[in-house]
Amino acid sequence: MALDQQQVRDIADLSRLQIDEAQIAEYQKNLSNILDLVDQLSAVDTSSVEPMAHPLDAVQRLRADVVTEENNRDHFQQIAPQTENGYYLVPRVVE
Amino acid sequence: MHNKTIAEISRDLAAGEYSSVEITENLLSRIKQTDNRYNSFITVSEEQALAQAKAADARRAAGNADAWTGVPMAHKDIFCTNGVLTTCGSKMLSNFVAPYDATIVENFNNAGAVSLGKLNMDEFAMGSSNESSFFGAVKNPWDTDRVPGGSSGGSAAAVAAQLVPGATASDTGGSIRQPAAFCGLTGLKPTYGRVSRWGMIAYASSLDQAGTITRTAEDSAMMLNVMAGFDAKDSTCVDREVPDYTATLNNSIEGLTIGLPKEYFRSDLSAEMQQQVRNAIAEYEKMGAKVKEISLPNTHLAIPAYYIIAPAECSANLSRMDGVRFGYRCENPQDINDLYKRSRGEGFGIEVKRRIMVGAYALSAGFYDAYYKKAQQVRRLIKNDFVNAFNEVDIIMGPTTPTPAFKCGEKTADPVDMYLEDIFTIALNLAGLPGMSISCGQVNNLPVGLQLIGNYFDEGRLLNAAHKFQQSTDWHLKTPDLKNQADI
Repeated sequence: MALDQQQVRDIADLSRLQIDEAQIAEYQKNLSNILDLVDQLSAVDTSSVEPMAHPLDAVQRLRADVVTEENNRDHFQQIAPQTENGYYLVPRVVE
Repeated sequence: MHNKTIAEISRDLAAGEYSSVEITENLLSRIKQTDNRYNSFITVSEEQALAQAKAADARRAAGNADAWTGVPMAHKDIFCTNGVLTTCGSKMLSNFVAPYDATIVENFNNAGAVSLGKLNMDEFAMGSSNESSFFGAVKNPWDTDRVPGGSSGGSAAAVAAQLVPGATASDTGGSIRQPAAFCGLTGLKPTYGRVSRWGMIAYASSLDQAGTITRTAEDSAMMLNVMAGFDAKDSTCVDREVPDYTATLNNSIEGLTIGLPKEYFRSDLSAEMQQQVRNAIAEYEKMGAKVKEISLPNTHLAIPAYYIIAPAECSANLSRMDGVRFGYRCENPQDINDLYKRSRGEGFGIEVKRRIMVGAYALSAGFYDAYYKKAQQVRRLIKNDFVNAFNEVDIIMGPTTPTPAFKCGEKTADPVDMYLEDIFTIALNLAGLPGMSISCGQVNNLPVGLQLIGNYFDEGRLLNAAHKFQQSTDWHLKTPDLKNQADI
């Protein structure tokens, strides 16, 4: 399945990835090759096959609804790019 | 002492042949002098290592030593290590000093092991050659013009170069077994859920599993004893008793039934590769094993299914790398979208971006059934092949890789070329089964790996079969020619 260049730009945008315009053609080629590879699956009849999400078909384990985590905010924020008063700082979102 | 196995070091420390500080200093200085050839370490944590070694020697002096007390090892840089840089081979995490330990790191610390540092890897574990690391490619100690395999290439190169006797690693589609094969080592990928994934930076959560790269099966068993077990912090970790994997290493394999999948002995597999693997099977027959041809008819669908499932899961997992709470942030973001897009665009390498985009596409509205659901259905077909096979045989064997280690740069032009490298390893991850690779021969002076595939939670039998092979052959003892290096 071949992607066109606008589709590549749209997917990059959806994925929140800045891609240089000069590299779009290369992504177009490589992503199309990958999609060709995976398109082999479309020939397989899977109409009666249950999808498999977990190798052991395990279900989600539940636990008691109690607080187990300690508050490590200051420790974790030491590695943040920018913080202020315990908040993570990003460029202004609401004008 | 650098050429010793984990088991030998454990015995030597107990016998007082040398101290943990002595062997730790020896290996640290060896890393300093020779690792510029291989680039296997991203971070050498000298201070922490020496502190751990001193503490281990003190425990031994006080009479409180166990098998792992003071034994050196190293971690793949995918495992979070408290206070130590944890990069996952990416610019995105090039400044990430993990604020906590992964469960398996904690396990090794509690066992008294000495961690020498963090090992290079393909960026976010995406690759089969260790050429996609932000910190530079890793070289194969057997031939530095060749790749060590990936994504655990640093783990394999460091063990092969005798910088460390064993290393943790992780395997999502072959990332332990293929580098072990390329570097003449023993690689073990346990059953999905056998080892906690907590603190192991996620790539494809339904496939990722932590394991080991060592010289011997005995050492793998010693490492798995430390790593395996239930962890409430990993919701897919399995609550099941952990046997002592070293206790069954010497069991007889008389009557063991080995399945040889006809799809793994394809006509395009070179005669030399086939011969090495057939010789190994013959060795097993000499030890009393029986051989049976089997079929895994959906083998050809494993790579296509993987390249939907893994990218889809990675596109979700890597969304946490957003430049807000940790890791790389672009300079002067204009608005929040610019911050996300440039931090991610600049922080991720090209292969990571490709896989995120494939995943985002496969999961996008209107395509989910055609791609992700379809791949999950095919995944069940692949699992069923193995379930049927294990009704007839105890263990499955074949080549780990189609060829020995390839040249650096040989498969970087087209990602699909690189993907096909994992043809024999990837189906196990989809099925969640345990597998090993052990060195079983050479082609053109390069090691060839024999893959052993076990039934669910049958790591003990795999390690037993691998150990018996290593008791009757010496392929695992062969080492690359390191004599040009300072022999310290």
